[in-house]
Amino acid sequence: MSDITVNTPLTSGSEHRAAPISAIGPVAWLRENLFSGWLSTAVTLVLGYLIIRAVMGFVDWAFINAIWSVPLNANGVAQTQACRELHGSGACWAVVTEKHRFMLFGTYPYEQHWRPAVVCLLFIGLFIVSAMRRFWNWTLIPIWMVTLTAIGMLMWGGVFGLPFVQQERWGGLPITLILSTFGLAFAFPLSILVALGRRSNLPAIKVLCVVYVELIRGVPLISLLFMASVMFPLFLPEGMNIDKLLRAQIAIILFAGAYLAEVVRAGLQSLPKGQYEAADAMGLSYWQKTGFIILPQALRMVIPPLVNTFIGFFKDTSLVLIIGIFDLLTAGKTAIVEPAWQGFGVEVYIFVGLIYLVFCFAMSKYSQGLEADLNRHRRR
Amino acid sequence: MKQVSRHSVFRMLGAAVVASVMALPAWAQPAGGSPTLDAIRARGTLVCGVNSGLAGFAQPDSRGEWRGFDVDYCRAVAIALFNDPSKVRFVPTTAQNRFTALQSGEVDMLARNTTWTLSRDTSLGFDFPAISFFDGQGFMVKASLGVNTARELDGASICVQPGTTTEQNLTEWARAARVTFTPVVIERLEEVVGAFVAGRCDAFTTDVSGLAAVRSAQANPAAYTILPDVISKEPLGPLVRHGDQAFADLVRWTHFGLVAAEEFGITAANVQQMTANDARPEVQRMLGKTGDLGKMLGVDPAWLARIIASTGNYGEIFARHLTPIGIQRGPNALWTTPGGQQYAPPFR
Amino acid sequence: MSDAIVDPRYRRKPPKRPLRLSWADERIRGIVWQVLVVGVVFGIIYWLWSNTVHNLEVRRIATGFGFLHREAGLPIAEHLISYEPTDTYLRALTVGVLNTLKVAVIGVILATIIGTFIGIARLSKNFLVSKIAGFYIEVIRDIPLLLQLLFWYTILQGLPGPRQSFHPVEGVFLSNRGLRMPSLVWEGAHTATVLSVVAGIVLAWLYGRHARALQMADGQPRRIWPAAVALIFGLPVAVWLALGAPWTIDWPAMRGFNFQGGMAISPEYAALLTGLVTYTAAFIAEVVRAGIQSVGLGQWEAAQALGLRSGSVLRLIVLPQALRVIIPPMTSNYLNLTKNSSLAVAIGYQDIVSIANTTLNQTGQAIEGIAIIMAVYLTISLSISLFMNWYNARIALVER
Repeated sequence: MSDITVNTPLTSGSEHRAAPISAIGPVAWLRENLFSGWLSTAVTLVLGYLIIRAVMGFVDWAFINAIWSVPLNANGVAQTQACRELHGSGACWAVVTEKHRFMLFGTYPYEQHWRPAVVCLLFIGLFIVSAMRRFWNWTLIPIWMVTLTAIGMLMWGGVFGLPFVQQERWGGLPITLILSTFGLAFAFPLSILVALGRRSNLPAIKVLCVVYVELIRGVPLISLLFMASVMFPLFLPEGMNIDKLLRAQIAIILFAGAYLAEVVRAGLQSLPKGQYEAADAMGLSYWQKTGFIILPQALRMVIPPLVNTFIGFFKDTSLVLIIGIFDLLTAGKTAIVEPAWQGFGVEVYIFVGLIYLVFCFAMSKYSQGLEADLNRHRRR
Repeated sequence: MKQVSRHSVFRMLGAAVVASVMALPAWAQPAGGSPTLDAIRARGTLVCGVNSGLAGFAQPDSRGEWRGFDVDYCRAVAIALFNDPSKVRFVPTTAQNRFTALQSGEVDMLARNTTWTLSRDTSLGFDFPAISFFDGQGFMVKASLGVNTARELDGASICVQPGTTTEQNLTEWARAARVTFTPVVIERLEEVVGAFVAGRCDAFTTDVSGLAAVRSAQANPAAYTILPDVISKEPLGPLVRHGDQAFADLVRWTHFGLVAAEEFGITAANVQQMTANDARPEVQRMLGKTGDLGKMLGVDPAWLARIIASTGNYGEIFARHLTPIGIQRGPNALWTTPGGQQYAPPFR
Repeated sequence: MSDAIVDPRYRRKPPKRPLRLSWADERIRGIVWQVLVVGVVFGIIYWLWSNTVHNLEVRRIATGFGFLHREAGLPIAEHLISYEPTDTYLRALTVGVLNTLKVAVIGVILATIIGTFIGIARLSKNFLVSKIAGFYIEVIRDIPLLLQLLFWYTILQGLPGPRQSFHPVEGVFLSNRGLRMPSLVWEGAHTATVLSVVAGIVLAWLYGRHARALQMADGQPRRIWPAAVALIFGLPVAVWLALGAPWTIDWPAMRGFNFQGGMAISPEYAALLTGLVTYTAAFIAEVVRAGIQSVGLGQWEAAQALGLRSGSVLRLIVLPQALRVIIPPMTSNYLNLTKNSSLAVAIGYQDIVSIANTTLNQTGQAIEGIAIIMAVYLTISLSISLFMNWYNARIALVER
């Protein structure tokens, strides 16, 4: 192996003979990967049979026997008899056809639905821009600030001739995106401070940070959400009031802050000591050292686990269902409260699940690719 | 260099502190330290806590407008204060967070079929100005089950919402009636109803009015039976924070005004004409033609006339929201009819 | 940074410089910063606390844990210890904690087993097996757990009613009321039997240690298994027989509305357990995969060169080494499972969150209720962390 140089031109074809077809062709692949022994063959056959059965059953249910729409009666109530007569042999996608706008945008005024739709696109655009390495510098901060402001203006309205929409009427996918993205945007700086504090050699600050991180990580998110929902109002002086969504947002920020702090701390720890010492030797102050030397390197290194943590928050925002905030999952559940649609939960959950899946899958593929990329860089 | 950087650090820190202090009032909506009424007036809207979705009592319609019996009570108070039924913001609350929402001032009043009990009146720090709806707890079963009385439910699974008086009534009744049951405890109304409809439990228990609302919302209401047994008293009404008598008075007399209007035959249709022509002294006082009852409550003299013109009297509100879902007047009829308990003290 | 390796000659403390009251002195700066930060944090806490005290007073909200001894009046469907609605809130909350532990402990065990299998399957040479495992891991990890729980609960609610229940084997009924199975009528003799199994395991372990010590001394290998079998199986059977060999089976039967008798698994518990286990198993699978891959290829090849079969390679060579990589992330997955069990409240399983929630609702004492929830989870989390750290330390010791 080692004596073959890559640069050798493969001109003299007569000297090399291709491996026999039985060793490299599709048959060989099959034998290698599916039928390499009697046990493997048996497993392949059994699994193959089960997969074919399951896929056929699913196709039957989801496509062939499915009902895609149902007529409405005079009062605008859906006639779901056709769906009920299937008795589970086919999916009733009509519930999705009928309710998809409600599930995506909740009780937002119907004729204004383009606004949350644009907001969702803005969020996706923001994610894509943030994912591009050419923007991994200070320009990202103004980009985020401008986009988040635009999102706020679109959702609330009241400017540029957009009618004002009360926050109580927001719902669906925008809420999920708002809670997770704003959560990240605010938790991130907090987490950097906490991570630095936890590695600080000032004992009081260190203790505070450790207590904060361990306390938050020791309890379930739902208890923090309960706290935000029922306890937080008691903490504030009389007459001061913070609305429900913002309270949940604060709980999510506090929660995310603790988890992100651990991610950032891992990045700080992974930096070679020489970096700290070199910065000290240059006579940089603590903040100069941190801001110019340590953080830029450490944060770059923690981006893949950061994305993974973000995927976690994105999923965890669904917990606000329990305190009655109208996110994507709550909207999906509310859609099947209407008696006509009761009993079609599976279809709705598949629809909502697919939306989460698309977002999380894209992010997790991105983070895997990035991880491989960064590691390659380091290996060189 | 070092000097400069230290300064900038301080400046940043200072800026952060100032920014956070400035940001605080931006998040917060001041509600005033003084009584609720001042705060509502300053804000320009009444904030009313309602059920997150109970047919007949509070439910957003297809256009997202809130409708229902409790909702009309909120609107009536808004009209008394602002002469505008749209000057009210509805905050859907769950059985769990309703009390903290009121305690914390997130809402000004709660009109959310809440039972008046001694402990809620005292240790939770509330006042119940009036009983807008006399209710009792009952059971609903699937008709196919063939159950006729609650005592036949021995051994059944019963769906119930936790944290309500319903749950405690159920256990007390079961003990007294020597009925054993398996509880299926689910917090959200939609989910507990879903579980009942799916057959997870044999019976569903809540206030009879709630049962009727749930039953009427089903695709096939005839498939469900509400059992005749009523196992508790459930006086439902709006509630306000303790220690704000002026606001409590306004809510109380809004309710009495609606009841008295029905008693005197004042309706949305004839209120204009009655104000002008009716010679009965009490009617004249109520509608603000004579006397200064409105001023005593701190509102406009014609407050009640405007409420009735907009929402109708108690009977009209009831007929609009509750009769269609199969709830009889029963004890909620006027005291002048047999069995009726709705009674308004004199407007004098 | 203080843990840097220092040349022993410099171990002596540097001479203490007198503190200069100046901003240029690093120590003074440190003290000022700490006082500032601690002051701000405690200031905020004090502000929130005084607000709360004031609010509680003004709003006449009762405080204190006196309610724990009042009658709860709330019905609980599943309880490991006897419970009546007439019992106190304290007992109700204890039942809730036990219900949480019931789902967490069984969930951790099942998730570990299933996750390990999937993680190994992910590395299978069989294309189909590894792709299915990969698909499972990817899909499950990308969908919120709450959604999955609701999904499972909906599926279980879709089962037929008790009168039309599936009835695959005598005494086993599957319906939308859950799974009913025959159960053993528990008597004192059974407790004694179980205790003797435990005793047998302990004795067998002691015997094994003794035998190994002897082997170390004289080099003679000794057979352990006959004594172990006798201790672990023989002893309990002997105890059971000696106590009269009680054996009564409680068969479930349809009476009135529901099945009576036997052992029941409620749909709520089943949905929660299924959701938690399938979800956590996907994460554990990834941990196991990473752990196995962390073992160098040379270890595999060397083991194969010794002629070990692939199962034995895994069991004897790879897993013991992989465990060191696996244990720390496994700990956090166990913690996550336990914390995620709090989602039970969404599907009506009465765990500690659900019961504390009801309690705070009935008593109106939100602060106490949430404090209880947090204290319980902190205790459980810390116990799991401590145990896993201890185990991790033990495993790490094996490394020489």
